[in-house]
Formats: sequence, structure tokens, C-alpha cells
Amino acid sequence: MSPDLLKLIFGRLTIESLPLHEPIVVGTFAVVATGGLVMLAGLTYLRLWGYLWREWFTTVDHKRIGIMYMILGIVMLLRGFADALMMRLQQALAFGGSEGYLNAHHYDQVFTAHGVIMIFFVAMPLVTGLMNYVVPLQIGARDVSFPFLNNFSFWMTVGGAVLVMASLFIGEFARTGWLAYPPLSNIGYSPDVGVDYYIWGLQVAGVGTTLSGINLICTIVKLRCPGMTMMKMPVFTWTSLCTNVLIVASFPVLTVVLALLTLDRYVGTNFFTNDFGGSPMMYVNLIWIWGHPEVYILVLPAFGIFSEVTSTFSGKRLFGYTSMVYATVVITILSYLVWLHHFFTMGSGASVNSFFGITTMIISIPTGAKMFNWLFTMYRGRIRYELPMMWTIAFMLTFVIGGMTGVLLAVPPADFVLHNSLFLIAHFHNVIIGGVVFGAFAGINYWFPKAFGFKLDPFWGKMSFWFWVTGFYLAFMPLYVLGLMGVTRRLRVFDDPSLQIWFIIAGIGAFLVFLGILSMLVQFAVSFLKREQLKDVTGDPWDARTLEWATSSPPPDYNFAFTPVVHDNDAWWDMKRRGYQRPLTGFKPIHMPSSTGTGIILAGLATAMGFGLIWYMWWLAALSFAGLLVVGIGHTFNYHRDFDIPAEDVIRAEDARTKLLAGAK
Amino acid sequence: MSRLKILALLPLAAALSGCDCVVLAPAGDIAAQQRDLVIISTVLMLLIVVPVMALTVLFAWRYRQSNTDARYEPEWDHSTALELVIWSAPLLIIVCLGALTWMGTHLLDPYRTLGRIHADRAVDQSKAPLEVDVVALDWKWLFIYPDYGIATVNELAAPVDRPITFRITASSVMNSFYIPALAGQIYAMPGMETKLHAVVNHAGSYKGFSANYSGAGFSGMRFNFQGLDDKGFDAWVASAKSAGGSLGRAEYLQLEKPSENEPVRRWGTVDADLYRLILNMCVETGKMCQSEMMAIDAKGGNGHEGLNNTLPLAYDKYARRGTALGPEPSFVAGTCTPDAPQGKTTASITAPVDMAPLLGAGLKRPSFTPLKSSSFLLGLRPKSDS
Repeated sequence: MSPDLLKLIFGRLTIESLPLHEPIVVGTFAVVATGGLVMLAGLTYLRLWGYLWREWFTTVDHKRIGIMYMILGIVMLLRGFADALMMRLQQALAFGGSEGYLNAHHYDQVFTAHGVIMIFFVAMPLVTGLMNYVVPLQIGARDVSFPFLNNFSFWMTVGGAVLVMASLFIGEFARTGWLAYPPLSNIGYSPDVGVDYYIWGLQVAGVGTTLSGINLICTIVKLRCPGMTMMKMPVFTWTSLCTNVLIVASFPVLTVVLALLTLDRYVGTNFFTNDFGGSPMMYVNLIWIWGHPEVYILVLPAFGIFSEVTSTFSGKRLFGYTSMVYATVVITILSYLVWLHHFFTMGSGASVNSFFGITTMIISIPTGAKMFNWLFTMYRGRIRYELPMMWTIAFMLTFVIGGMTGVLLAVPPADFVLHNSLFLIAHFHNVIIGGVVFGAFAGINYWFPKAFGFKLDPFWGKMSFWFWVTGFYLAFMPLYVLGLMGVTRRLRVFDDPSLQIWFIIAGIGAFLVFLGILSMLVQFAVSFLKREQLKDVTGDPWDARTLEWATSSPPPDYNFAFTPVVHDNDAWWDMKRRGYQRPLTGFKPIHMPSSTGTGIILAGLATAMGFGLIWYMWWLAALSFAGLLVVGIGHTFNYHRDFDIPAEDVIRAEDARTKLLAGAK
Repeated sequence: MSRLKILALLPLAAALSGCDCVVLAPAGDIAAQQRDLVIISTVLMLLIVVPVMALTVLFAWRYRQSNTDARYEPEWDHSTALELVIWSAPLLIIVCLGALTWMGTHLLDPYRTLGRIHADRAVDQSKAPLEVDVVALDWKWLFIYPDYGIATVNELAAPVDRPITFRITASSVMNSFYIPALAGQIYAMPGMETKLHAVVNHAGSYKGFSANYSGAGFSGMRFNFQGLDDKGFDAWVASAKSAGGSLGRAEYLQLEKPSENEPVRRWGTVDADLYRLILNMCVETGKMCQSEMMAIDAKGGNGHEGLNNTLPLAYDKYARRGTALGPEPSFVAGTCTPDAPQGKTTASITAPVDMAPLLGAGLKRPSFTPLKSSSFLLGLRPKSDS
């Protein structure tokens, strides 16, 4: 074929684009491909494709979508953590003239991918998954406001993840750091496809995140059961509401700033170039106007989880519910007024810097109040040390350290000496692991029995817990020290041999965390095997307080046969105390949304469009875009959007539960 | 469990006292003041963090399920007095820290000239500060000493106790200029200038580097910063002078090409205008300086021709921008009128002799040869050129 034709079909993609010369990548590809083929063959052999398509891929049930988000988060955690291990190994080796085992081209992709994946495709799916699963149950709703949109949002997130993963084997990922600051990320200095993978991966996933945010806001505002006023909402629902408000208000900024960078890269505009009046500083401002709220998007739901867990396992009402809610709202608002603290060193004047430093510190006041509220919830309680509570205690002790170093970094002159250093790296891992990841694990252990009807195995859960906690401290405390020794981030090789010991300790810590992740996977497997022993038929294994525990585990498709009526903050606790009797008769057909494959098809087309744009395969991009329009408009003519669960089915499900409950007594 | 964690922190504290923590033991007054702020703020916050951690451990232990002696009040969920305390205690700390921040940020503003050399010594006003122009290149540091007419790569020296004024810029991407022993960092950005004022109090050799990732050769962007006594500094300047060589525009254009792990280099003379040209992105001949463009813009701009005047302003030299869909850069070859295209006189252009009749009603035959419309109107540049 002629080169012109090849170029027309494949755009920039040539055989040289495949990283065949990188043995590490080729090895990874072999493992992933083999594993993938085995999985596909297994699914085909077990004839599971139809089941997966009907019951999972096309489902609009918020519970199943929530579980799929969690699976996505955990799968991507493995990839993101593999990157972390590679970095730790490189930094532990590359001393005294040694180049380590990664060249700059590979290493720079690894740390960029690690950041992008951990934030967008691990932390976000875990948090979104928990909100998706729990919020409708906590407010006594049957699903989210827009079930189809929920399915579509999930698959768009997957689409973004697919693009980022594809970059590992087809072409390369960005070598710019996870926020892709120009001018480095502009076409002049990053002419390859890496930054384009970054842009389109995040744009595709960002659509999903934004829509999911709109969906959950609507759900929380409109679908609460009778009696649940705003100030009777569970705290997790409150933090979810605030998080989704943050998502809707901040993700469009990310979308726009990436779109402007796209224009710079594709059509030669000059928003963020060095010349023609472009301003890279504008990009830095804009991306952090999204980026700072983003960290609160992640941590607020975790705060909510800890509130639920502390109150449940202390057997006590949450202390200071009202101040907890106001603290959350204050954090939500303040999170927009602090973005400049990410670049005090860019040369703003002293007054500007102090303004943003002080607003940052002010956020620690409501956060501190929250910490005290959890403390005084434990005070005069009866604390049961199940896994969720263990994660919560670990969080409280870890997060205060991270919070303290965070406030320290908010003092501009202190930031001048610590900015971009490993001290900063230690700080944000301290809050993101200590806050978000511990929170997600507390949430997983807490709500798992609700989702699957059996508890998670405590032994392997504790193994995971101790590996994670000790691993975390070993991995990141040395980074605080290294930061104070003036070591900056993203270095590939070092000249000072006295630093090596700290990197080796950090590497050991990372390895312990790896064991923690493995233990968690074992925990899932063991729990599945021992599911009869760990079974919970009551639907309320923790003697908990909020509405999700009022229904069966796993909940029926319709969540609640009758919409509950709420009189108290701790609705289920209140119902139990007042001797609530489950209704046994009078069931009616229940109106529910229908499954649809449109979401996954649209997301597939969007991903193909992204791939076409990355590689300049204009025909693919154009065709996929046309396909998006056709399918999107076509779906508006789909009138089979809902159905009624017949009363007999409801009666059958509820009778089965009645029998189970009777057996349990 | 929780106690174990506090125990785990102890070796950390011990390690900190043993490590070579340059941030905590710097050699310059600015860095020392920044270090003081780090420590004071940490102590201030520990006032509240330590009690919180202790209470967490205490409550976690005391109110464990098996301790049935502890009081259990499942309905107790509010106390106005306690709420007041838990909001006002952090508030008080933040008020103190905020005041400290406001003062510290203004006193240690990197753009502010120094008022003192050391905690107990004011600046000697009779001595001029040492001026150093810093340029972050891919991937090495260029230091120009305008007062001495010398330049170095990856080596910086300054006399002890003499204030230093750094003017900082970059050639292509963002970097951050950081010598932990001397003073906090500040970004180095192309086409822009940041400033840093600092002083070194102890002679010695310290590390400097870029603290903002800037691409493949980032890890090797290190240099030595030497604090020397006055004699030592004079000797250092003299040795640079005697190194010979001259850093002019042509040499700079060679130097700024990407290279990694550059050894130290010195030039005995340097083009006095070089830093200004770098900052204005017009070292290459044919490029218009930003300052000139700004002056033109201030007077209302170039009008329509300005739209096409892009080539002299396109800066990314060694990495020609190749956007997939955008236009090639163009330039205005000259401001011309039909009578004088491209500044040439029309006198030598003779009208072609054509006897064919004109069909226009009473129109005169044109008296000049029009240029091709594309180059005439758009000033398009041939693609091969760069």
C-alpha cells in the first residue's frame, strides 16, 4: 500500500509506535494478553457472555453499577500500584552512577500514569461506586433519578480507563507529570501521542464523572423518602451531596482547560504557548481550580463513611450532627478559594500568597471540628473493633499527621522550601491514602455484607489492614525526611549515596502495601468460599443505624417493597427502637427502569472517537462521532424504558425474606 | 494498635535529628528564616494534633466493647459547650498561624530586597548586591554575572554575606530554581522573569537543582552553589575570566539545544544584551522581541498585517510546532503597496506590450504586473523553510 493511504487509514500509528523495543512493556503485554485470553475463554466456556450482558453491562440498577465501579477501581488499583512499585524500585536502585532499570522515556511515563490512574481511575471509581451503591438505599429510593444516565456514566469512565490502558501497549503515555503543565505538554515539547492519550482519556471519563454528579445531586434532592428532611439525611448522603456539587461545579473547568490544550495541540491556537501571548500560568491556575476541589471530591465521601462507621460501631448517635453538616458545607465552599496554594512559587505577590495560605488554613477548622466530632462519638460509646472501625481509627491517627503537614505547606515561606519536594509527596499520600483509601476500605468492609449477603473474612481483612498501615508508614515517613533533606520529586537518578537507605525503606514499605493489596484480594476469595459461614440473613449484620440496613442483603432490585417513612436522623435505629414491624401483605407491582445497551454502545463509540483523535485517524473519529449522534438520537425513540415488577414477584421475594428472618431468630 | 503507631514515630524523630536535613540546617539567612517558620508552625499545630491523637488512642481503648466499666450513653449526641471548644480551639491556632503567615509571607517575599544579612546584622548599604541572571535551559542552568561579564553553566558562586539578586527566566519549559541551603525556590518560566533575593552566611559547597519536572534530562539538572569568602570569590571570577571564550548569541543558540548531564562550563566574556534577548525570546536573528511587540501593541498594534506577522514571533525553534490541523506560520515580508511590492521600486517593471484590444468599457490597461495573490495578500511562506 502507498504511504499516503497507510497514513490516511492509520494516521500516526505505525509499527514503530508499538513499544516492541521495551522488554518490560512486552513482558507486561504478554502477561496481560494471556490473562485476558484466559478470562475471555473462561467466560465463553462458561457461557457467561449473555448473562454478563443482560444482568451487568446493560443494567441500570444503581447497585450493580456501584459494584462495577468498585471492580473498575480495584482493577485499576493493580495497574496504578504496579507503577508505584516500579518507581520505588527505580529510586532504590539508581544511585552512585547507576541508571537504575528504567530509562527516562519509560520512567517519566510511569510516574505520570501512576498519578493519573490513581486519582481518576482508582480513587474516583471507588468513591463514585460507594456513593452509587449506598446513597439511594440510604434515602429510601428505588434507584437514582436517571438510571440510564448512570449506566452511561459508568461506561464513559471505563472508556477513559481503556484509553489510558491502551497507551501502555499502543504508543506511549504522557511524560509530563499527572497535571500535564504546558509548555511541556504542548505540541512543541511533547509532539507524541502521550499527551493526547492523557487528554482524551480524561475527557471521555470526565463526561461520565460530570453526568454522574448531576445524577446523584438530583437523586439526593428529589428522591428522599417521606420524612427525610435535609437535616435528617445520613451524613454519608450529605457528604455525597457536597461532593457531587463539587463535581458538577469543577469538572467543567477541567473539561474546558483540556479542550483549550487540545486546540493548542491540534489546530495551533496559543492559549498556553510561550509565544503569541499564550500563558502557561493560566493553565496552571485553571487546572488547579479543578484540582483542588477534586481532592475534596475524594475525601468528603470518605469523611461520610467514617461518620457512619464510627457511629455504628460505637453504638451511639453521631456527636454533633448539625456541626458535622455545616463543617461539610463550609469545606465545600472553601475548597474553591484555595487553589493558588499549589503554586505559591510561581511568583505571585506576598498579599496574594498570604490570602490563599490563610484560606487554606481556615479549611482545617471545619476539618478539625469533624475530627473532634468522631472523637466524641467514640466517647462514652461501646466500640466494637470490626474491620471498618479499625480502618477508621487508623484514619484518625494518620490523617491528623497529613492534615498537619498540609497546613504547614499552606504557609507560603515554608512552601518555598518544601514545594515539589518528597515532603509534598509524603503529605498528599498521607491524606489520600490515610483519608480516601482507608475510607474506601472501611466502606468496602462495612457495606460488603449489604451488597452480597455475607461478611468479609476478618482474618485476611486484618492481614490486609496491618500490611497496609505499616506499609504506608514505612513507605511515606522516609519521604518526609527526604523532603527535609531537599530531595525533589520525579527524579530518576540520584548522586548522593546517603539518600539511598531512605529509598530502600520506602521500597520495603511499598512492598508491604503490595502484600496488603494481595491480602485484600485473598480476603475476597476466601470470603466467597466461606460465604455460608459468613452469611448474614438479617440484612443488618452490624446493628447499624441508617436505612440501607432496613432491607435485605443483597437488597431486592426494587430496594424497598414499601417506601420507608423517616422520623429521625438514624432512621433504621429509630425504627428498630420503636419496634418496627416489616409489612408482610399488601404488596403492589413496582415500577422500575429497563436495562439498555445504549450506554455501553455510546461509551464504546466515544472511546473509538478518542482513539481516532489521538492517532489522527480522522475517518475513525468522524465515523464514531456520527455514530454517537445516530445512537444518541436513536435512543430517544426507545419507548421501552420501564416495566413493572409484578406483585407476585414482590410477594415471592418478600416471603423468601420472611422465611430467612424467621430462620435467623 | 494505636500505641504501636506512636512508637513507630519515635525512630522517625530520632532519624530526623540524625539526618543531613539541609532544609532544617541551611546556610543562608532566608532559608534559615523559612526553616524557623516551618518549625514554629509545626509546634503550633502539634499543640492541637498531639491531644487529638492522644484522645483518639485513649477513647479507642477506654470505650472498647469489652470494657463494661466505662460509661455508655448511646443517646448523648450534643453539647453546646463542647461544640464551642471544638470549633474555637482550631480557630485559635489558625488565628495565630494566620498572623504568622501574613507577616512571614511579606517579610520573606522573594521579590523583596534584603534588609538584613543575618539575624543580628543589617545589610551594608554601601555595597551593591551581587546580580546573577539565571536561565533554565534544557537541561542545565546558565548563570550570567552582568557585573563581571562572565557566564557559567551548572556552577554558581557567591561571596559570603553579600546579598544576591537573582533574575530568573527559562528558555523553553517551566523549571524551578532551588538551592535548599540558600533560600526557597521560585519557578523559572520562559518569556517571564521571576526574582529571588538571598544571602549565604557560611562558606561551603551546596546543591542546587530544578525542583519542577521539565522533561527527559530533568534528573541531571543539578549544579553546585559555592559560598566563598571575598578573596575566594574574586579568584573564582578571575578563573572564569581566564577560561576565555565568549558567550554571544550564536553560542547561546548552540547551548540552549537540549542536552543532559552537562559538565561545568565557563565563559570569560558574555554579550551584555544576552539576558534581555533570552527573556524577550529574540536571541535568534529575525525574531521580534516581546518587548517590541508589546510596544507595538501599546500603540494600537500592527492592524491587519499583524494577523499574518507570526513567524518572527514563533518561538519554539528546535521543536517546530507541527499541529495536525493548524496553519503554518506566516510572515509579512514587507509593508507594501501595489506600487512597491516587497519594498522594491516599480520603476524597472515595464508594462508588457500587448496589442490585444481591451474589452472593458474605457478602462485603462494596468501599468504593473500583479504578484500572485497568495503571496501578495497573505505573505505565505514556503513550507520547507524553518
